[in-house]
Amino acid sequence: MNMKKYTDSGKKDTRSGFGAGLTELGKTNENVVALCADLTGSLKMDAFKENHPKRFFQVGIAEANMMGMAAGMTIGGKIPFTGTFANFSTGRVYDQIRQSIAYSGKNVKICASHAGVTLGEDGATHQILEDLGLMKMLPGMTVINTCDYNQTKAATLAVAEYEGPVYLRFGRPKVANFTSEDQTFEIGKAVHLQEGTDVTLVATGHLVWEALLAAEKLNEEGISAEVINIHTIKPLDNKAILDSVTKTGCIVTAEEHNYLGGLGESVSRVLAKNAPTPQEFVATQDTFGESGTPEQLMEKYGLNANAIINAAKKVIERK
Amino acid sequence: MLKNKTTQMADLQHLEDLVVQVRRDILRQVHAVNSGHPGGSLGCTEFFVALYQELLDRKEDFDMDGIGEDLFFLSNGHISPVFYSVLARSGYFPVEELKTFRHIDSRLQGHPTTHEGLPGIRIASGSLGQGISASIGAAETKKLNKDNHLIYTLCGDGELQEGQNWEAIMYAAGNKVDNLIVSIDLNGQQIDGATQNVLPLGNVKEKFEAFGWDVLEIKEGNNLSAVLDGMKKAKEKTGNGKPVCVLLHTVMGNGVDFMMHTHAWHGKAPNDEQLEKALSQNPETLGDY
Repeated sequence: MNMKKYTDSGKKDTRSGFGAGLTELGKTNENVVALCADLTGSLKMDAFKENHPKRFFQVGIAEANMMGMAAGMTIGGKIPFTGTFANFSTGRVYDQIRQSIAYSGKNVKICASHAGVTLGEDGATHQILEDLGLMKMLPGMTVINTCDYNQTKAATLAVAEYEGPVYLRFGRPKVANFTSEDQTFEIGKAVHLQEGTDVTLVATGHLVWEALLAAEKLNEEGISAEVINIHTIKPLDNKAILDSVTKTGCIVTAEEHNYLGGLGESVSRVLAKNAPTPQEFVATQDTFGESGTPEQLMEKYGLNANAIINAAKKVIERK
Repeated sequence: MLKNKTTQMADLQHLEDLVVQVRRDILRQVHAVNSGHPGGSLGCTEFFVALYQELLDRKEDFDMDGIGEDLFFLSNGHISPVFYSVLARSGYFPVEELKTFRHIDSRLQGHPTTHEGLPGIRIASGSLGQGISASIGAAETKKLNKDNHLIYTLCGDGELQEGQNWEAIMYAAGNKVDNLIVSIDLNGQQIDGATQNVLPLGNVKEKFEAFGWDVLEIKEGNNLSAVLDGMKKAKEKTGNGKPVCVLLHTVMGNGVDFMMHTHAWHGKAPNDEQLEKALSQNPETLGDY
């Protein structure tokens, strides 16, 4: 079977894509302001800080205040981007986001790095695997998890143009950079990466590249896998999912997140309501992470191409 | 059109009448639905009347961004009855709408929210401890916009037990947010009892000063003239490199003898008989809704 070729143009971290996007926004949109809770370097916000010191707000290790301030800053037309680790962007400040941002309908962009186990050696205290669930449950919240540097940059630019609260999730490690440099990011629109007929692989974040690798190997074994990049978990592109399973009859969801509350469950809901379909979940199994290198952790927690291949074979048998 | 007038004696009488009328509105709102928070509302009546009738340099028509006017944020959202009454009687929405307080399909939710689009509200509050942060954000945006107007905030005293306040208090001083006046309703009461018994606040004045704020006290927070004078002094202190804190000493339940000096009426509505007694102590002045 003919497959599209995707080339890694050189490994880069998604957080640097965010930093590049923010730097560009600094020049192009004077209403964009940035807030950071003592992690400017980790979030790659240094350039914005340097270029626009008056529009950069160092809040210290005080995330609750940061979220409240961001909500207040929208009053008068600013577009605040908050930056800290995913754990401190969500769980630590859930009530502040719920009341001051989501319920109040404020145009805040919550930008969260170091999500999932690929944060690595710092261990479970910092590796949140529950954030997508927390954020997607909030009415009115848009939830995005980008897959590589280029897409993260494009998403950062896109969310500034969108009016409403957004959770933008990305990560720490250097990963394959394979999406196009000049892409237009459409919130809520899935991206078809491979056409296939036997199984649908829908992935988000770091698992998208792994899904492409899995599809190549499956192809070598004569299994035709369709690969869809779901960068927006909410609102979910229901049509893309339903159209694909109509063709393939089974689906694997893949995410660096607990299977409870993540992309997989959102997909299950769409399928249950419209077209009940066998599904397998590549995700963490209701567990905390631990210290290790990103690669070791992806292997141990079943979050890589091998895990997707195994899940695909299993789900095809269930058709 | 901006409101910014000097109080004359005749005006003061009108404001005193309004204070009494607002107290009636508070009592009637909570009685009608047998729920809500009359105690803190009654204690802050003079503050709200002074704020909306005299202190705020505000536009007649409401828009969310509030550019070119002073803004007010209520952190202790549970005292919504006084907020709603004063907003309505200051022209933000029809006074008649107070009838819908806490009813289904109402813009007057139990705690204030932007969600139903009620004019005058710029952020939801109710879950405590978030108002100072939002106010700081709005104050920073005023500075970025070169909008030379002020941000006013009201917090409860028990609310200071929430840790987020102290993050915000530290930020505001450290970053010279000097277009901000945060008033603390020091009534010494919270749901479970006196703050002194629930979780002592210590010396609030010294705490704010230690964090780097300019602090002034209004000892008679239920004396309209004292509130007006004190708040005008607070306004004069802005723009000097420090955020301003006003310690507003009030009596919870003020204006209704059997509701005063106790936490009992923090979140309890009067029954028919109690309402009648309470209203008789606050005779109608400007017309009930």
